[in-house]
Amino acid sequence: MSQPSVLLLRTAGTNCDEEAAFAFTQAGARVEPVHIRRLAEQPGLLDEHRILALPGGFSYGDDLGSGVVLAHEIRQRLSEPFSRFVERGGLVLGICNGFQVLVKTGLLPGAAYRAGDASAWAATLTYNDSQRFEDRWVWLEVGQSDSPFLIGQAGRRVTFPVAHGEGKFVTRDEDTLRRIVDGRQVAFRYVGANGAPPAYPENPNGSLADIAGITDETGRVLGLMPHPERYALPWQHPRWTREGLKEEADGMFLFRNAVNYARGA
Amino acid sequence: MSTAETTLYRIEVGLREDLPDPAGAGLAGEFKTLGLPAPERARTVRLYWLEGPFERAQMEAVARELFSDPVTERCAIDAPVYETNGQSVRSVEVVRKPGVMDPVVGSIRKALADRGLHPTLIATGRKALFYGDLDHETLRLAGRRILANESIEEIHIDCAAPVHRIRGQAPFVLRMVPLRGKSDAELEQISKDGTLSLTLAEMKSIVAHYELLGRDPTDVELETIAQTWSEHCRHKTLKGCVEFTGPGGQKKRYENLLKETIVHATETVNHPACLSVFKDNAGVVAFDEQWAVTFKVETHNHPSAIEPYGGAGTGIGGVIRDTLGTGLGAKPIANTDVFCFGLPDTPFDALPAGTLHPRRVMSGVVSGVRDYGNRMGIPTVNGAVHFDPRYVGNPLVYAGSVGLIPRNQIEKAARPGDLIVALGGRTGRDGIHGATFSSVELTSESEAVNSGAVQIGNAIEEKKVLDVMLRARDEGLYSCVTDCGAGGFSSAVGEMGEHTGAEVDLETVPLKYAGLSYTEIWISEAQERMVLAVPPEHWARLQALCREEDVEATAIGRFASDGQLKLRYRGIAVGEMAMSFLHGGLPKVERKAVWNGPSDGGAALRAEPSGAPPQAHADVLKAILAHPTVASKHRVIRQYDHEVQGRTVLKPLVGASDDGPGDAAVITPVLGSTKGIALSNGLCPQFTDLDPREMAKLAVDEALRNSVAVGGDPAHTFILDNFSWGRTSRPEQLGSLVLTCEGATEAAIAYGLPFISGKDSLNNEYAFGEKTIAIPGTLLVSALAIVPDVRECVTMDLKRAGNLIFLVGETGGELGASHYNLVTARSPLDGACPRVDLERAKKTYFILHACIREKLIASCHDLSEGGLAVAAAEMAFAGGLGLLMGLEHVPGGAELSDEQLLFSESPSRFLVEVEREKSELIQNAFRGLPCACIGSVDESPILAISRPAGPDQVRTLVHAGIEELKAAWLGTPNG
Repeated sequence: MSQPSVLLLRTAGTNCDEEAAFAFTQAGARVEPVHIRRLAEQPGLLDEHRILALPGGFSYGDDLGSGVVLAHEIRQRLSEPFSRFVERGGLVLGICNGFQVLVKTGLLPGAAYRAGDASAWAATLTYNDSQRFEDRWVWLEVGQSDSPFLIGQAGRRVTFPVAHGEGKFVTRDEDTLRRIVDGRQVAFRYVGANGAPPAYPENPNGSLADIAGITDETGRVLGLMPHPERYALPWQHPRWTREGLKEEADGMFLFRNAVNYARGA
Repeated sequence: MSTAETTLYRIEVGLREDLPDPAGAGLAGEFKTLGLPAPERARTVRLYWLEGPFERAQMEAVARELFSDPVTERCAIDAPVYETNGQSVRSVEVVRKPGVMDPVVGSIRKALADRGLHPTLIATGRKALFYGDLDHETLRLAGRRILANESIEEIHIDCAAPVHRIRGQAPFVLRMVPLRGKSDAELEQISKDGTLSLTLAEMKSIVAHYELLGRDPTDVELETIAQTWSEHCRHKTLKGCVEFTGPGGQKKRYENLLKETIVHATETVNHPACLSVFKDNAGVVAFDEQWAVTFKVETHNHPSAIEPYGGAGTGIGGVIRDTLGTGLGAKPIANTDVFCFGLPDTPFDALPAGTLHPRRVMSGVVSGVRDYGNRMGIPTVNGAVHFDPRYVGNPLVYAGSVGLIPRNQIEKAARPGDLIVALGGRTGRDGIHGATFSSVELTSESEAVNSGAVQIGNAIEEKKVLDVMLRARDEGLYSCVTDCGAGGFSSAVGEMGEHTGAEVDLETVPLKYAGLSYTEIWISEAQERMVLAVPPEHWARLQALCREEDVEATAIGRFASDGQLKLRYRGIAVGEMAMSFLHGGLPKVERKAVWNGPSDGGAALRAEPSGAPPQAHADVLKAILAHPTVASKHRVIRQYDHEVQGRTVLKPLVGASDDGPGDAAVITPVLGSTKGIALSNGLCPQFTDLDPREMAKLAVDEALRNSVAVGGDPAHTFILDNFSWGRTSRPEQLGSLVLTCEGATEAAIAYGLPFISGKDSLNNEYAFGEKTIAIPGTLLVSALAIVPDVRECVTMDLKRAGNLIFLVGETGGELGASHYNLVTARSPLDGACPRVDLERAKKTYFILHACIREKLIASCHDLSEGGLAVAAAEMAFAGGLGLLMGLEHVPGGAELSDEQLLFSESPSRFLVEVEREKSELIQNAFRGLPCACIGSVDESPILAISRPAGPDQVRTLVHAGIEELKAAWLGTPNG
């Protein structure tokens, strides 16, 4: 069987690359970390890969807002190659800072939302209601979605950690939010431990409609604030000394689905 | 190409007015916390200045697409973003003082370059708007206490802040410093005027050396000597001679205190896993066949007192560079942080003049560690916060860094002919022993002030350095590396070239701005710089890597073979000195030390006073749980990313609701492997007043028992010493330090724990008016223990109703300096100092570890602050289960008072939860050691502790709901 290849995009301040690479490798992929300077010079590198991953971190320090400088750089220098990659059937995964970048490049919630102006975002990830960076584990429910990342997982309840200061999902207007929800683009929602509607800190940032992650219209671009790659090994769970070690960590399904899809595509 | 005239634009960005503004609300709330008249509401605004040949339309696009979030924010150019509409609005604008690092500027420059724009000036600031009637004095106080730190920032009330420019070029003048023939008084004056901190004896050695050479030193030579011989770089006190006089007048002489105590312990233990100790930037120990782990803890106390955010950030940045500069470069995989602050409820009018409020210090320090550690992507996994009124002028910030390095990359040496390469950040006037920007060199619209002493870090710059260094290391592109820390290039190059010699052309060093003299370039302590020794054949490849990763690398000289340090500036020799003198010429320090306080024998004589006013035990328990030192640190811990990199197996907060206080963190250095390390610490300065020697043993004991409690192997545990003391030129301060070294050594040898690295900070006194506050002598012991298989680890939360609870270790009547004293009417030092039985404790630890490996233990928690009652309460509420305990069989407890049983802080004790069917195994395992079953886990959420009160009678000591206890513990506002 062929081994799908992941282009792991790095830049100044990328810092969840090692564990993201680990999760993809564990799922059977080959991972090539590529610095954005190199990719900007050789956009053709994208053609050699089936999956593009934007890991978490603080790209350029999040100095002008989370993901803003990297998203701006992609819009200025790589807009065309990225769009082509998605059209060609490639998968794009943005975790945490990667999700912030995908939203601020317009790749999420997708091309149809851009309405002519590439610089006007349809949605954003803004400061947590708590006004603080927080690291904690949350419960999530997988959305009713046709995304290749989520095959066979709709409705499943999983737990991942969040670790961010700017993760509150907000849309330009209510109509945009409705389109995302009605268009089966909600990939993950924050839920209470027993599945009840979440209050803080179950919804850790105040996101609209408890949205933790979305896809584009094709389902092939996925962004989420929580970190599935930090639950790729059973002993990464915060309560494993009470609840025992799981056979497989919750986060792995995402990487396995992506790798299986890329293998078949 | 734009043909517009060069114009300065000011851009304001603020939240859309129809959105709720929690930042503004928080700001208004802080007025109330400070007792100031509060505004009706407040708003925050970000400010940007850009200057260049730009059209307004270009700036509008930049403001919209780069500076503001189009979904949530609005922006305005050369106009206020919020209309005042006739309301009463006051404004406070804050900008950095000239020369203070602003990391955002670099990101703006990068982003604008992506659009083809190259501004001649970039600056940022912030503005707060206050609605409602506030007077000028209120705004001034709020400015100082909430909005800005005047050591690095300027406050402008109701007017627009100015933009600062740094201009000017210092003319080159070679300066000689005439020393020969000067009197003692003149030599001392020269040292003082130059803030060289050289003693008279040292100045005389320098004079003697230059008399032999037949010339005077240049300024840069004298500075180099001062930096190399500084307390910070040389640890003159700890490595010097000490004449110690004890309580009975008995005398003892140390030729080298450190070598004869701490280092002696390491040599005696002679642990085979120690690969590099006390010689590199961090201690290095074997992890497995392929990998080694490194550990270093630094203090960054004085900068954190002046500017908590920048001080703590650069503290963590500095210790991470130690990791990067260990061997050929270790990858940082975990941070630790331990802080000591004044009491959070100190009234403003009780603060010594010139100090920041402890709350302000704490929030700044926590934010500084958070922003640096999180941005670098390094998990902050272990720490502690300790409060005492004497830290009010001298807060302590201990920052630790753990690294992972291949075992074949530990050795390094610069070779003659290697290029000296400066990597990373540029050099500015940062940290030049408090040097000020002089008005000659600086033209600005406002006053020129000292901002060199205080620094702000740039975590992303350091992350880039880390990324490129590890790639270069794995390609074998350099032969030696060290970090640029205290003393800047002078220390780094001087150290790397000690056995070779070095030549440096100072004008080649990349500068942040023009105008630095050759001496400033040489000793600047600008952050985020490393120095590499690069064989010429690898230089081109290294440059290519650096270009790809956008990191600046510059060859500034070459290592030589003549043992000389040669400094040139624009081709002219400005310094030439023998490495042998620089590193070998320092005369030995002679110090006197005395201890008249209680010591071993004395402590035991402090009887427990009886007849303390009765207080309900449950109330005392809640008061201790709410004491800031004991109370939950979740507000701090959650702000740190403690699981980035995916290595964290036991997190700092554990239990049914992820909020119980774990004893130690466990990480897996090699992702995917099940072998781990436990990280813990011991810190108990409250006992220094009672008995410094015992305090040191207690600190070592605490660090070890914390790590043993989670599964750390006591046979493979390595420790670090960090001393923060008052002024040790005073014999009584040095006396308590000597005893501390002795106690730590004794404990380390008895337990078989090698010290692998350490650091000291010896001038922590705060003088104001006639008064001086000295900190309590504070020893931090940090421990790193191997965990054979992380899947065997144990946490402290109760697991299952019906399980039994064993108390391991002996309880003594030791309430001296206890938390019980702090929350009751007793005087703090009343009672006996807890004492460690090293031999028995060691046996206990090895047996407990074996039981953990045998999976006999469901939960385990060490007893420390607040003793048995606090540990029991924490285990119960962390597990969401009740606990029923009877104290009749507490080892050592028969003769003790109720208070002593509940709250004594005797060391080397644990509460251990065991399934009933395994209890016999536990009893057998601990046979001959103090260990007793004292209770059981219960379904009902109550902590109930009782004691027999005569035949068939039981007295209830504590009966409290676990939610109530937890609320007390969570309640203290620490964040």
